[in-house]
Amino acid sequence: MSQVPAPYDPTHRNAGHLHGEHCGLCRIEVDHVTVTADGDTLLSDVNVHLHCGQLTALIGPNGAGKTTLVRALLGQIPYSGSIRHIDERERVLRSVRTGYVPQQLPFDKQMPVTVNDFLAAALSRRPVWMGIGRKTRATVEEALSLAQAEHLQNRMLGQLSGGELQRVLLAMALTPTPDLLILDEPVSGMDQNGLYLFLDTVEALKRSRHIAILLVSHDWTLVRRYADEAVLVNKTVLSEGTPEEVFSCEPFLEAFPAMGKEAP
Amino acid sequence: MDIIYRIMDAVLPASLFQYTFMKNALLALLLLTPLLALLGTMAVNKRMAFFSDALGHSALAGVGIGVLLGVSNITLILVVFGILFALLITRVNRTGGASADTTISVFSSAGIALGLLILSGSGKYSKYSSILVGDILAITAADIRWLAIALLVGLILWIFTYNRLLLTAVNPQLAQSRGIPVRAMEYGFVILVAVAVMLSIRWVGVLLINALLILPAAAARNIARSAAQHALFSVIISLLSGVVGLCVSIPLGTGVGAAVVLCAAVCYAITLLISRLLGRRAQA
Repeated sequence: MSQVPAPYDPTHRNAGHLHGEHCGLCRIEVDHVTVTADGDTLLSDVNVHLHCGQLTALIGPNGAGKTTLVRALLGQIPYSGSIRHIDERERVLRSVRTGYVPQQLPFDKQMPVTVNDFLAAALSRRPVWMGIGRKTRATVEEALSLAQAEHLQNRMLGQLSGGELQRVLLAMALTPTPDLLILDEPVSGMDQNGLYLFLDTVEALKRSRHIAILLVSHDWTLVRRYADEAVLVNKTVLSEGTPEEVFSCEPFLEAFPAMGKEAP
Repeated sequence: MDIIYRIMDAVLPASLFQYTFMKNALLALLLLTPLLALLGTMAVNKRMAFFSDALGHSALAGVGIGVLLGVSNITLILVVFGILFALLITRVNRTGGASADTTISVFSSAGIALGLLILSGSGKYSKYSSILVGDILAITAADIRWLAIALLVGLILWIFTYNRLLLTAVNPQLAQSRGIPVRAMEYGFVILVAVAVMLSIRWVGVLLINALLILPAAAARNIARSAAQHALFSVIISLLSGVVGLCVSIPLGTGVGAAVVLCAAVCYAITLLISRLLGRRAQA
């Protein structure tokens, strides 16, 4: 049976999530998820639990189905199996609210759209060409402050650096607070330093908010430094555990032979 | 309408606006240009200038088919044909292998050719050739009422869909991840553009309609720094071009549509110059 999670609803508030601290109990359960397209099996029987307050790194070779799993989590493609959000009292919640920070954001850099316009367009119904209301402006500021990007609000989107854009996208992904935050290889257009600063922000959020975080990455240093759990996929889950456990497992060394020589 | 005419008599120079047809033309321009200018901001952002050009050209085919079917209500057939044509281009672009500009060019040429073929073959070419350049001075009070209703409906739809369209224009994948029905938004937008273009085309003409849609928005974009400025400047430029174009063309005895579009083109040149100057100052 194919099912797609309920679409994202910006007005949806979940009473169970009013407490700020993460509890480590509630989780996103990915159970027996299989995705097929045109007769090809892209993912087969994937089982992963993503806990709130944890950063899980999703790793795997190119074409392993990482993007497919992300799209399934976002509800953008049909799949069989189930993706459920279980709260700390073992109740199954109605839907998984996801926040998504894409790998790249190709867009027209000349477009006259400010950071304020961009976020207000996502967070309110009132058309931004008619001006942004005070309430929306406050919501936008709050969102930007989560990603430490308040200073960017009046800048044009096309004039932001890679790291600044990534922060704006993080602000958008965090508002309203998602159950699951997906960071899709947040590396493009950022230097190492900017990347660490960005992930430091994410790490602080992980501690203070009720969010499970999934990081798709090829950067082993980054994974080792920030991930609590790592999941190696290639069509299905080959290994999971702490980054060190996964990096030393047989399937990982097969998939990334160079890593064996590097010997962490 | 009488009240509006009386107000116009009171505020407008009598030498130019003593005739009802002039008042009607002005009213029509005041209604048409702002909606086209607003839709244009999104068309420019979504890089759809060429698309709307093809849409305008297809009006000729629409008229031709209307003549073949013996439909007397040209506007109705234009709107219906325009919507179908716009949806077809969008659909083919979505699935086709060729690049978007190639597909659109094929549709554009085919639309003109089909229209010319039917109209010349049926001997009605001279009767309908006026649609090429349009005739805003021929607009009647009844037409204006319809235009006002269309403008209102268009504006309401625009207000309700704008934010989601904007996010889609920035990046469709991101918009989709925020739960926006990207495909539906795209089809909705091309339908809105098709209706606005087809309702305007009898008055503005096939050759100039796209300029009214694209030029003010393109000119505004040169100097706008936010979405609100983009919309505001675009509407101001379009209204200015409309009024100036009309006032200039009558004494000179030239076509109104052409004068309006040239005014908008001048605005484009000016804003381009301003943006260059400001850009240089910012760099210095």
